[in-house]
Amino acid sequence: MTMAIQLEDLHKTFGNTVRALDGVSFGVEPGTIFGLLGPNGAGKTTAVRILTTVLQPDSGVARVLGHDVTAEPDLVRTLIGLAGQFAAVDENLTGAENLWMVGRLNHMSKAQLRDRSASLLEQFGLTDAANRPTKTYSGGMRRRLDVAASLVAHPKVLFLDEPTTGLDPASRSDVWTMIGSLVAEGTTVLLTTQYLEEADRLAEHLVVINHGRVIAAGTPATLKANMGATVLDLGFVDERTAHRAGEVLDVVNDKAPVVYGRTVEVNVNDGPRIVTEALRILEVEGIAPTTLALREPSLDDVFLALTGHRAELDATEAPGDLPSQDGRRQTSKRGRGK
Amino acid sequence: MTTTTFQPTGGSAVVSSPQGGRLYWAIADMLTVTKRNLIGYTRVPEAIFFSSVQPIMFVLLFRYVFGGAIPTPGYHYVQFLLPGIFVQTVAFGSIGTSIGLAEDLHKGLIERFRALPMSRWAVLAGRTTADLCRNIFVMALMTAVGYAVGFRIGTSVGEYLFGIVLLLLFAYALSWGFAFIGLSAPNSETAQLMSFPILFPLTFASSAFVPLQSMPGWLQAFAQHQPVSILVNAARDLMSGTPNPNLVLPPFTSVVSTGRTSSTVFWAVVWSLGILAVLAPVSVRRYRRRAL
Repeated sequence: MTMAIQLEDLHKTFGNTVRALDGVSFGVEPGTIFGLLGPNGAGKTTAVRILTTVLQPDSGVARVLGHDVTAEPDLVRTLIGLAGQFAAVDENLTGAENLWMVGRLNHMSKAQLRDRSASLLEQFGLTDAANRPTKTYSGGMRRRLDVAASLVAHPKVLFLDEPTTGLDPASRSDVWTMIGSLVAEGTTVLLTTQYLEEADRLAEHLVVINHGRVIAAGTPATLKANMGATVLDLGFVDERTAHRAGEVLDVVNDKAPVVYGRTVEVNVNDGPRIVTEALRILEVEGIAPTTLALREPSLDDVFLALTGHRAELDATEAPGDLPSQDGRRQTSKRGRGK
Repeated sequence: MTTTTFQPTGGSAVVSSPQGGRLYWAIADMLTVTKRNLIGYTRVPEAIFFSSVQPIMFVLLFRYVFGGAIPTPGYHYVQFLLPGIFVQTVAFGSIGTSIGLAEDLHKGLIERFRALPMSRWAVLAGRTTADLCRNIFVMALMTAVGYAVGFRIGTSVGEYLFGIVLLLLFAYALSWGFAFIGLSAPNSETAQLMSFPILFPLTFASSAFVPLQSMPGWLQAFAQHQPVSILVNAARDLMSGTPNPNLVLPPFTSVVSTGRTSSTVFWAVVWSLGILAVLAPVSVRRYRRRAL
């Protein structure tokens, strides 16, 4: 079976020093949603740009539906759709005109385009705004239009680079539903994201990349299974106390505790025993936790364990208005796990 | 979003050059991008209005403030000045090309274009063609301004229009050069700043505003042979006519002719086509290679 997307030992260096991709390989089966997960600067966007023929790799092979992107870029461009990291819409054009432009540049006939444009605007809830210049659109509307534009020519493989960055929760949920239904039509979707929730919800397979290398691959379930069975979260009054607690708790478990901000996190297989022991040690040291929780590991924890820092930590550089995340991720002052 | 169900769309409708060859689609893509840019201009009429203010200010400044102090043998100053201002206006107008492309780059549109199965040069050709259309409008406006300040066609309407065509060709060629700057600049503000140091010496150290004989020798050597002067001389010959030998003012004692009209026009065309032939491929190459 031809893979929808295939990367083999892909390298890309910017300047002489920045290794955006340092030997990345993975494959995506047709008709699936594939998640490419990693913090900002991990190399996600570089991988997408190479796959969409926007950028040339230094070495390695990238194929879309069996076609080498550097050898047959024109052919590959007829097979793919791209919604890049910025909502790349022309502000001076209306929503309908933006779809017209992209459709015409995909060499669709006017008749095809008229029907397609109308149905996409309908599907993305933009019919009422279709004839307004997009500079009057909200961030969510622009992003929806951007995704709609990437779908105009019925791409077989769709690349969505952080499709929900900057969206409010309702719009995010709409985009997720839309992505799910694309796969029902047979489209293969490669999705990059910093949101673990998004990858968990949508992707059948994932790779996690950091510093241009694949550091984990598998289904969301296997990635979570590789973690301890339970996560012990301990909160403290301040960062210094948390740091000290992290040091003294090092003995309770094989895996070292991870300290971020005022929280200490321990991945454990034997939760109740460790809880007892941890509390005993803390009491001896005279440290009182302010909160304590035992919970199932999330992809967040997987990410933290793999990369040494929280997924959204570096997201502050992301363009435009960042979404206000649920409280758990909003505390951006958290230190990196040390 | 109101609808959350998505109907299957019945197979792929991707059309890759179903009819017509590469050239057909290259032109079709170019026209699409041109139309998109022209729609953009109509949505921001303020930009066109205010970009016309500066050349009008230049006309008034040189016509009424400096003009009286600048002797131009063979011409009344207004006749000398206007063709020069026209060239300056379209030359500065080509900065618009660099700003437009820098914005497209910055906003991610170039990334989108590069992932589309469209002709590689259509993005640049569409931009420069839209800017050509804008220049046609600007030249019509400048002609009216020229008439208002006392300029009169010294030749024939046909020659005058030929002069305008020549200016438009020159501006079109320059646009391709400024496309390179637009694709190299980190943002549109910088693109604009990067363009000035190139245009300033070319337009002011030229025969646009003063006779070359008034400049020191070393500057004359440059000014005489650079393309803006060559264009100005051709435009002046075509629009105001060749110098009138009876119209000699001190300190110059004789008219230094710019040569026969056919020869100035010839070199203006050669320069414009030369700039186009060299810079268009360079900019297209830049478009293909630019890291985003």
